[in-house]
Amino acid sequence: MAMDLSRATFWGYRRENGRVGVRNHVIVLPVDDLSNAACQAVENNIKGTMALPHPYGRLQFGADLELHFRTLIGTGANPNVAAVVVIGIEEGWTKRVVDGIAATGKPVTGFGIEGYGDLETIRRASRVAKEYVQWASELKREERPLRDLWISTKCGESDTTSGIGANPAVGNAFDKLYEHGVTLVFGETTELTGGEHLVAARCRTEEVRRKFQFMFDRYQGVIARHKTNDLSESQPTKGNIAGGLTTIEEKALGNIQKIGKRCLVDGVLDKAETPTGPGLWFMDSSSAAAEMVTLCAAAGFTVHFFPTGQGNVIGNPILPVIKICANPRTLRTMAEHIDVDVTGITRRELTLDQAGDRVLECMFRTANGRLTAAEALGHREFVLTRLYESA
Amino acid sequence: MIHFVVHEEGDGVGVVVVEGVKAGQELTGWIMQEDKEIRVTALDDIPIGHKVALRDYQPGDTVIKYGVDIGRVVAPIARGAHLHVHNVKTKRW
Repeated sequence: MAMDLSRATFWGYRRENGRVGVRNHVIVLPVDDLSNAACQAVENNIKGTMALPHPYGRLQFGADLELHFRTLIGTGANPNVAAVVVIGIEEGWTKRVVDGIAATGKPVTGFGIEGYGDLETIRRASRVAKEYVQWASELKREERPLRDLWISTKCGESDTTSGIGANPAVGNAFDKLYEHGVTLVFGETTELTGGEHLVAARCRTEEVRRKFQFMFDRYQGVIARHKTNDLSESQPTKGNIAGGLTTIEEKALGNIQKIGKRCLVDGVLDKAETPTGPGLWFMDSSSAAAEMVTLCAAAGFTVHFFPTGQGNVIGNPILPVIKICANPRTLRTMAEHIDVDVTGITRRELTLDQAGDRVLECMFRTANGRLTAAEALGHREFVLTRLYESA
Repeated sequence: MIHFVVHEEGDGVGVVVVEGVKAGQELTGWIMQEDKEIRVTALDDIPIGHKVALRDYQPGDTVIKYGVDIGRVVAPIARGAHLHVHNVKTKRW
């Protein structure tokens, strides 16, 4: 019997701005590469906090800098995060990140290293982090309607079984969630190449279709400007090819199985932009797993569906990443990374509808607090997308 | 037992979904959309996840999967042969 979602609920953390998270992280967020060491020292001092080191944040400018801030602020603002300590080399850009996160109403404090040094900064930041983590530890989950979940999807190390089983299982789940007002997103702009006409045909309005086509063409322009060959070792990747995918067109057609058969594309987002309402959104994004999932987290998504064929092991610091796989060899060789086994589809033992329900069942358990394989294995890939060189 | 899967009738390829397919082996395929079975004899060893050709192809032909164009043939392919990057290329970039 198919799962009845009409009165489905989950247990989440309701934040100050009304959004609902499924995790309760206290993060220590560096504004720039120089502040990673201090953030990691605070993480070491105060148990239950998590530093998010990354390699950027200096000498960026223009749209690339805007994306940097949008990603950091979005990460801190994500409802899976209870409170944030921000550390930057100087106070100006640090304050910009703090102010952006503070708009959610959640506790956030920033520290600039210059004029204090690492040790004094670590002392001051650790005292605040300790208050935050003890405060957050008393927050309680409450029962919330399904529509308070925001679900993102992106697949990785795909192979032909992704298009047969794992991606259609996610698509089936997306079709079901869409009917109940859940906020959904997909992206991977270049990975629609060969199937972009099918996505365009699913756009709800002509305006949405035009915006989608603009994002698609813009990314094709990036490829055209920089490519030196036909991209056949990057898109599809060596792993995709080893898994049996031959061309980008074949990969794209498998990829778009993730948006199901019925739901329409209601809107288009730039990288790390937050949706303004429920429905299915397309977000312009890299097809590199950690970049795309980091952008989804920054856009405010709280659970991620990640179908894989050959066995991508990715996770994210704040966004639980659920792995779905239909490749029996991957289940045989690296089952510890897979949360939902849909190999039965390839044996004609599991219908798509049943596979979609398995994804949803895992989604509810994950939302209610069960750690994903990636969380248990410590995968915290936090990868910022860059648009061009630093100044 | 299902050895390979075809997305829909009219597709020119099937995807091998079991390990260890050998040249000469009789393969049973499942066409998912129409829920039908077909058979083909493998001409090559074909790894799991890789494709078996369901018709003969000449260079310049188009390969159809999911009912959609997935690339152009660059070397002759016989029904039952392994169809992959050595005989099919993208039409994009």
